[in-house]
Amino acid sequence: MKCDYACGSGEHTLERRRFLGTLAGAAGGAVLGLPHMVRAAMPELAADQKRILVVYLSGGLSQLESWDPKPKTDTGGPFRAIPTSVPGTHICELLPYTAKQMHHLSIVRSVNTKEDDHGKGHYCMTTGRRKEPAADYPHLGAVAAKLLAPADLPLPGHVHIASGGGGGSSSNAAFLGPKFASIMLGNGNPPQNTTRPDGLSEAADTQRNAFRLAANEHFAKRRRTADSDAFVSSFDQAKQLMERREVFDVTKEPAADLDRYGKHEFGRHCLLARRLLESGVSCVQVNHSNYDTHYENFDFHIEQLGEFDQAFATLVADLVDRGMWQSTLLVVMSEFGRTPRINPYFGRDHWGKAWSVLLGGCGIQPGAVIGKTNDNGTEVADREVDHGHLFHTYLKAVGVDPAQKFDAGGRPIPVADPAAEAITELLA
Amino acid sequence: MNPTTTNPTAPNADPPQTHQVHEFKYASPLLACRFDPKGENVFASAQDFSIQRWNLASGKVTPLVGHESWVWTLAFHPTTGTLYSGSYDGRVLFWDSAAEAPTPMRTLEAHQGWVRTVKVSPDGNLLATCGNDNLVRLWNTADGTHLNTLTGHANHVYNLAFHPTLARLVSGDLKGVVREWDLATGEELRQFDASPLWKYDAGFQADIGGVRSMAFSADGKHLACGGITEVSNAFAGIGTPTVVVIDYEKGEKVQQWLTEKKFRGTATGLFFLASGAAIGSTSGHDGGHLLFWKLDAPNEFFDLKTPEFLRDLDLHRDGLRVAASGHGGALRVWQMTAKA
Repeated sequence: MKCDYACGSGEHTLERRRFLGTLAGAAGGAVLGLPHMVRAAMPELAADQKRILVVYLSGGLSQLESWDPKPKTDTGGPFRAIPTSVPGTHICELLPYTAKQMHHLSIVRSVNTKEDDHGKGHYCMTTGRRKEPAADYPHLGAVAAKLLAPADLPLPGHVHIASGGGGGSSSNAAFLGPKFASIMLGNGNPPQNTTRPDGLSEAADTQRNAFRLAANEHFAKRRRTADSDAFVSSFDQAKQLMERREVFDVTKEPAADLDRYGKHEFGRHCLLARRLLESGVSCVQVNHSNYDTHYENFDFHIEQLGEFDQAFATLVADLVDRGMWQSTLLVVMSEFGRTPRINPYFGRDHWGKAWSVLLGGCGIQPGAVIGKTNDNGTEVADREVDHGHLFHTYLKAVGVDPAQKFDAGGRPIPVADPAAEAITELLA
Repeated sequence: MNPTTTNPTAPNADPPQTHQVHEFKYASPLLACRFDPKGENVFASAQDFSIQRWNLASGKVTPLVGHESWVWTLAFHPTTGTLYSGSYDGRVLFWDSAAEAPTPMRTLEAHQGWVRTVKVSPDGNLLATCGNDNLVRLWNTADGTHLNTLTGHANHVYNLAFHPTLARLVSGDLKGVVREWDLATGEELRQFDASPLWKYDAGFQADIGGVRSMAFSADGKHLACGGITEVSNAFAGIGTPTVVVIDYEKGEKVQQWLTEKKFRGTATGLFFLASGAAIGSTSGHDGGHLLFWKLDAPNEFFDLKTPEFLRDLDLHRDGLRVAASGHGGALRVWQMTAKA
C-alpha cells in the first residue's frame, strides 16, 4: 500500500484502520493490521460475525451466593442450592431464572487470581494480565473491537453500559489507541453530544462541515499524518453515530420486552445490550452494581441478584432464540469473589483465591462445570485457573489466536499472556 | 430481631449495675436468642442451622435440629411454651421447647423467602410472621391454621410488634414504613414514619437499613423502631445505631435515640424496661454494646461495652436479666441489679 503520510512511514497504516477484520483466517503469530488482512466491507451484520458480551458484576459477586454454593457448611451462609437445567449442577437459590438457562452456560469454579484489590482485580480480569508499571494492556472489549468488528461498521466496536450519568470514552484500549476504547453509555443513554445543538441550524451545520472538509483537504495535500487522519476519522465516525443514534435508544424495543427484562435499570441495560449486539457492536459490557458486600452480604445479594437474575436469564434466552448464541461469547465476571468466612457484620470480604466465572455461547461447551473448590470453598481443589487462562479461552472461543501479536509502535505484543493457555476442555 | 413483651409489673432494674451472670459458648456464631416463658432456659439459633437450649441453672445444653437454613427469629407461646422458629427458607417450625429432645411438631411454609420475624400475641392466640415476600401473615398458634395475610408493604417486612393491650399489630419494613393493622379485620389503619432507618445508597446502588428491632412500651403508649442511620458507606455498614420513638396515639415521632459517641453499628435488639427506660443492643464496627435510654433524652444514660458483636437481645420475665447472642458463639446473660 502506498504511503502518503508526510513522515513517509508505513507503520501508521495499522493505526489508521478503524475497523480491521477478524483474525479467524490469519496465520498464527502474524502481526495484525497488514493490508492482506483487511476484510471486505460488510454492509450488514454477517451471520458468523463474532461478538462478546461481558456482564460485569462490580465489587465482587459472592461465588457462594451464586455459582458455587456450599449449603450446610460453616461458610455456606443461609441459602440453599437449587437444581438447574443441567442434571447434577446446582447453583444458589437466589438465581431461579438463571438455573433454567444453565444448559446454555458453563461454570468455571476454580479461579484463583491471587488478587484481592478492586482495581488490580478488575485489570486482571478484563485484560488477562497483571498490571505492570511499565506496560498497559487493552481491555477485552478493545481487543474485540480491533479484531472482530467489520471494517465498515458504522458503530463503535466497544460499548459499556453502566449506571451513572457519565458518558464519553475511556482509556482502556492501551496501545491499540482511543479508537478502540469503550464508549460509555451512562444510565444506558445514547452517547453524549450526538444531536445537533438547538442553536445550530441544519444549513449552518452543512456549511460549517463543508468548510471543514475543504480545510482538511488542503491540509492533507502537504501535511497529512496519522494524527490528522484520526482527526478526520473521528468526525466521520461521529457523523455515522449521529445518523444511527436510535441504535442506542432502548425505548425503541417493544414494551413487552421491557417488561420481560424487568422494570429496573439493569433490565433496561440488558435489553439495550441485546439491541447493540444485534446491530453488530463487537463487545458490549453491561455493569451491574454493587456486590462489594462487606456488610450484610446476604441482604445485598438478595437485592442485587433479585435484579440480575430475571434480566440476565431473559437475555440469555433471547440470544439463543434469535440465533445469536453461537456467535456471541458471554462472560459473567467480577474483579474477584468473596471470602468464604462470614464476618461479624454478616458480610463477606474480598477473595481472589477460589471463586467462579460463568461463560456461555460462542465457542463454549454448554452445561459444563470446570474445576472445583474444596468442601467449604476455601481453596481450589481441582483444575486451578486464573485470569490469563480465562483470557486465552475467550479469544479461542471467538476464533482469535491468542498467540498472534499486536504491533505497538513497532513492538510486537501477544494478544494474550504467553505464560497462560486456554481452558481447552471448556471449548466447544 | 424480635423482643418479648415487657412485663409491666417487673421490679425496676438498675442499669448502671449491670453485670454478666452467665456465659454459654457454642462452636458456631449465634443469631437469635430468647428466654423461655418460665425463664428457666435460654435458646439461641446458630449459623450451623441448629437451635441450642441452655438451662440457666445447670448449663446443660440441648440441640434442636430440624431447620435447613439459618434461624433468624424465635418466639414463645406465653403459656404452653411452644417455640416458633423462622428461617431464611420461608419456614416456621413449631417445637415443644420443654421436651427432653425437642423435634419439630409442625412446619409452616410461611413465606416465599426469608422469615424475618415471628411474634406471638399477648393472649397467645395469634402467631404473626413477616418476610421478604413483603407480607405479614397471621396463624393460629395451636394448630398452625392460616388466618389472614396482610398486604400493603412494598418492601421486605423486617419486624413486627403486637400492641400490649389493643388488638393491633404493627409491621416495619426495609424503608422504615411502619403499618398498623386491625387484628379483627385485617385492615390497615395507619402508617408511621421510621424512614430515618433507611437509605438508598446511590454509590452502592442498594438499599440499606430497615426496622431491625421493634418494641412497644409496657403501657403501649410508645412504639420504638431500631436500626441504623446516617449511613456514609453502605459497602461497609458505616452508620450509627438509632431508635425512632413514636407516640402511638398521635402517630408522630417524639424522640430519636442515638449514641453519645456516635458508635458505628446497628440497633439489633430493643425493648422497654418496666421503668419506661429502654435497652438496645448494637453491633457494628465499634463492637457490641448494651445501651440504655430514657424518653426525655436523645443519648443513652448508660453504655456497657460487651465482649463481642451482639446479634439479638431478650429480656427475662423477671425484668432484671437480659440475654444476648454473639457473633463469637457466646450466649451471655447479664443481671441489671447490683451484685449480691
